[in-house]
Amino acid sequence: MMDMHAKSMTELIAGLDSGEFTSVALTEALLARIAAHDDTLNAFVTVTGEEALAAAAAADAARASGQGGALNGLPIVHKDIFCTQGVKTSCGSRMLDEFISPYDATVVERLARAGAVVLGKANMDEFAMGSSNETSFYGPVRNPWDLECTPGGSSGGSAAAVAARLVPAATGTDTGGSIRQPAALTGTVGIKPTYGRVSRYGMIAFASSLDQAGVIARTAEDAARVLGVMAGFDERDSTSIDHPVPDYVGGINESIKGLKVGIVRQHFDEGLDPDCGDRVRDAIAVIESLGAEAIEVDLPNIDFSVPTYYVVAPAECSSNLSRFDGVRFGHRAENAEDLLDMYCRSRGEGFGDEVKRRIMTGTYVLSAGYYDAYYLKAQQVRHLIADDFKKAFADVDVIAGPTAPTPAFRIGEKVDDPITMYLNDIYTIGANLAGLPGMSVPCGFVNGLPVGLHLVGHHFEESTLLRFAHQYQQVTDWHTACPEAFQ
Amino acid sequence: MSLSKDQVQHIARLARLELSDDEYAESVKKLSKIVDFVDHLSEADTEGVVPMAHPLDVAQRLRPDAVIETDNRDRYQQNASSVSGGLYLVPKVIE
Repeated sequence: MMDMHAKSMTELIAGLDSGEFTSVALTEALLARIAAHDDTLNAFVTVTGEEALAAAAAADAARASGQGGALNGLPIVHKDIFCTQGVKTSCGSRMLDEFISPYDATVVERLARAGAVVLGKANMDEFAMGSSNETSFYGPVRNPWDLECTPGGSSGGSAAAVAARLVPAATGTDTGGSIRQPAALTGTVGIKPTYGRVSRYGMIAFASSLDQAGVIARTAEDAARVLGVMAGFDERDSTSIDHPVPDYVGGINESIKGLKVGIVRQHFDEGLDPDCGDRVRDAIAVIESLGAEAIEVDLPNIDFSVPTYYVVAPAECSSNLSRFDGVRFGHRAENAEDLLDMYCRSRGEGFGDEVKRRIMTGTYVLSAGYYDAYYLKAQQVRHLIADDFKKAFADVDVIAGPTAPTPAFRIGEKVDDPITMYLNDIYTIGANLAGLPGMSVPCGFVNGLPVGLHLVGHHFEESTLLRFAHQYQQVTDWHTACPEAFQ
Repeated sequence: MSLSKDQVQHIARLARLELSDDEYAESVKKLSKIVDFVDHLSEADTEGVVPMAHPLDVAQRLRPDAVIETDNRDRYQQNASSVSGGLYLVPKVIE
């Protein structure tokens, strides 16, 4: 069957239901594409071909007997941060290069139960710390739009795989922009839900008060389908929130007429590439033409969001990553002199440069004498930022702006300057600090590289974001553009 | 504010990270930049602001104290580099 790889999940469901093709045939076709293209892209750490074909056969059997879940027979890929029973779960790190997860993350379990077919585990920045996928132990992922460029990060393997039509949708995680920024840089749709919307059980922790799982897909409708399966209360995650999950797919067809879109002045300041700014302004004009009203909103403390994040996130990371001690799991250094030597060398060898830098930054801001000046102060500023959003959402339904300050940048370009790299997430971090849902939608190109429109909604308003994105995609075709080498 | 090599060594020790000499040189440079950057926080007026505890202002949920985990020790220990008789082995800590 031709062109199965180019179809959205919605189109694939129609093809499977009508018997035009089977899940086994679809899975074989995508596994063949992965085999043909992944030497170039490096989007996968592990390809689970055998397991995928078995799951596809089971899905076909279920469909034949009139059964099967919402994603029955549809291929997906998991970011290698989600624990997958019996499969290597590396988190992009040498530390976990030999770790075979003894259990499934809730996200993995829910998607499997819905009938999704997992093709493999996606490459990522080590422990999700990075904005370019260059910190992975398994090497950088390449951007399908320009192989010399990064796909963004940390969910760069997920984004590259979806953009290159190796899979219609992939899971990702977002602590400061790690779903939305790679989605923007690869011309895909990425949604990070409200904090607590999706279970973090079995998702390897980076910064627990910010981490949230979400989806990268090519259309808002597909993202709605996958998120609908992932979302919901889980008693195994103490921060999971018991809040009803609406019908995301059903909600996207409603008009956005009369809704209000907030524009933040600081998001269009000098930090933004002027051409990217033009594409985003054009997208907002399209949204206005659909009947929504754009008004200016003020987030007076938003300029503090990146420094706030680079205190809170490293502090939580230094605490979370203390579990990697070489004893129960993970890399252990050989011939240690004593216990302390074993800890220090196992961690020194197992972690890469950026992860060590963040652990040390976190250790510093939490250490005696500095806690008040950094950690406490950052949590206060975080409160100010969250309050600013709360005030803004009294007047608007979504906030719209750019997802990233520039299109995809070249591999190696920013790797030596941590601050320049950190500023990639300048527009996305606010949503994590305030626990709000955020989404990136393709809205055009600059020099052949995709640009993303960023939408932020009020708590638990994923459906509003998906509706805006879907309505926008009904009158634009940026999301159908495919990089030339991957058609 | 610039960090000294002594400070970085102290931090690395607290974080249980062994670094090579090159890594120390690089860390002094880059961590100093990061600390300079986050120092901008001191410009924010936070007089009387309560530190944020949770993005959604909710309290931690409690669950009944019931046994929900079964014994999976053997399976879990397959990921350990050194075990014996159900115990994790580490270098000798008591002389």
